[in-house]
Amino acid sequence: MPVKVTAQRSAAAGGSRLSLDVLFRKFTGAIALLVTLSLAGILIALTRESWPALHRFGWHFLISTAWDPVSDNYGALVFIVGTVVSSVIALLLAIPVSFGIALFISEMAPRWLREPVSAAVELLAAIPSIIYGMWGLLVFAPWFGNLEPWINDHLGAIPWLGALFQGPPMGIGMLAAGIVLGVMIIPFIAAIMRDVFLVTPQALKESAYAMGATTWEVARYVILPYTRTAVTGGIFLGLGRALGETMAVTFIIGNANNLSASLLMPGSSIASVIANEFTEATTHLYKSALLALGLILFVITFVVLVLAKLLLLRLDRMEGRRA
Amino acid sequence: MSATPRIHTRSESGEPVAAAGIGAVKIDVRELNFYYGRFQALKNVSIEIPARQVTAFIGPSGCGKSTLLRTFNRMFEIYPDQRAEGRIVVDGEDILKSRRDVALIRARIGMVFQKPTPFPMSIHENIAFGIRLYEKLSKAEIAVRVESALTRAALWDEVKDKLQQTGTSLSGGQQQRLCIARAVAIRPEIILLDEPCSALDPISTAKVEELIEELKNDYTVVIVTHNMQQAARVSDRTAFMYMGELVEYGPTEGIFTRPARKQTEDYITGRFG
Repeated sequence: MPVKVTAQRSAAAGGSRLSLDVLFRKFTGAIALLVTLSLAGILIALTRESWPALHRFGWHFLISTAWDPVSDNYGALVFIVGTVVSSVIALLLAIPVSFGIALFISEMAPRWLREPVSAAVELLAAIPSIIYGMWGLLVFAPWFGNLEPWINDHLGAIPWLGALFQGPPMGIGMLAAGIVLGVMIIPFIAAIMRDVFLVTPQALKESAYAMGATTWEVARYVILPYTRTAVTGGIFLGLGRALGETMAVTFIIGNANNLSASLLMPGSSIASVIANEFTEATTHLYKSALLALGLILFVITFVVLVLAKLLLLRLDRMEGRRA
Repeated sequence: MSATPRIHTRSESGEPVAAAGIGAVKIDVRELNFYYGRFQALKNVSIEIPARQVTAFIGPSGCGKSTLLRTFNRMFEIYPDQRAEGRIVVDGEDILKSRRDVALIRARIGMVFQKPTPFPMSIHENIAFGIRLYEKLSKAEIAVRVESALTRAALWDEVKDKLQQTGTSLSGGQQQRLCIARAVAIRPEIILLDEPCSALDPISTAKVEELIEELKNDYTVVIVTHNMQQAARVSDRTAFMYMGELVEYGPTEGIFTRPARKQTEDYITGRFG
């Protein structure tokens, strides 16, 4: 039975190594479990704390625009809209700009320019959000305020859409917050796009160039489809940051607790209202309502992630990829 | 290899290395030098490539055969530190100096690479993509072109029921034939094949070689290959390159049976390479 002997011997020799491996496996498993447990813990704590408000107002909490600490009457709609709208504006700005930056770095920039531009983009990500807030309030908002009369006159005149662009030229407001948010998430989206554009096989790009495709056509029809999973991931990472961004938004969104059709009017986001009011939340119900907002933000982010996954699945199916 | 004599033969006098009776010349390369940064990869290469024949470039790795091929559609231009000097005349026009958009030049020249590179789209779209770049056609017309390209590439029967599946779902040999179909579909005048069979199994290789034989009826085909037997099987003319120089060029049969140069003989008899 030579086979058995060999097996026994190697097991004995590798015994301590093997048990170390088991330990390592348990350790990594525990860490992975810890992440899941903290997530569950946060969800449970948030739900428990926000229960009084949710119980009191029910589904009405989601669709009510009331936010009246004096009479203890709360609704989340203003803030939900503020969060979603400012983030959507941010994405509308950040996606094309990031795409351009990434494409420039990966396809067009001469090699000596690649690194400096990449580094500059990455540095943008390292700036603390409160600096963005201060820049937004002190530098961007005054400048943007000067631009707003023009926006009023030109974009505001468009039928239907015009309503979005009418309002006093204050500089601060939903649109300004969205733009600052957009600038903040550009480095995240651009860095991911650049990385995946750079790893797109050169042969694939060359094949498209060889057919007489222009740089734009190669980017649009070859690079983008090839990298779309990672690109979508990058976009949703940016969106996740935009949804939860607090300080910068609080500085520039205007912090008005009312709903307005115009993007030039001040508003509030979930994160900004929690930051502004948490320390002042004197009554039990008030505090609970703020925590309920937090729960809603949690759910929004989760839903966004699920939608991203579904979108990717659908894209795969449209392309006819087999499972 | 210090004893290597400088043997770019007739090219020193500016005359291309070509035998008489070559027929219509499709690509006329004159005194071409090519640089990767400071490294010179092609040294004063002159060669006439005949229309509607298969011309093979052979030689050991790093001899410049792929580099030469990639100058014909200015593919090197997408890399900033690569440059070519000299003349490459295609149909009377020096494409290195041409002021026309390089995309227009490339659209006349199909290229197939070492590894199959299906685009991240359906089989149908892989072919339709290139057609749509330069031609405005109806859906029905495109479908006809797609079918004929796939038929030419001997792939139609294998894929006709799954045109909407992604190109990457095919086997390696099928993918390479898809790439050939894609190159044929844009109706180029020249087809460049850069070691098209090096990633394929023998059966797929045989199919692709058969295809190359077919293609020369309509196209000028230039193939780079590591495989001397392949060059002998598919090409009408063979160019042997070594260390960036064109050593010998002539009818394939002559190169393989009566090589004029010692180096060519050494290479084809397997003494080095």
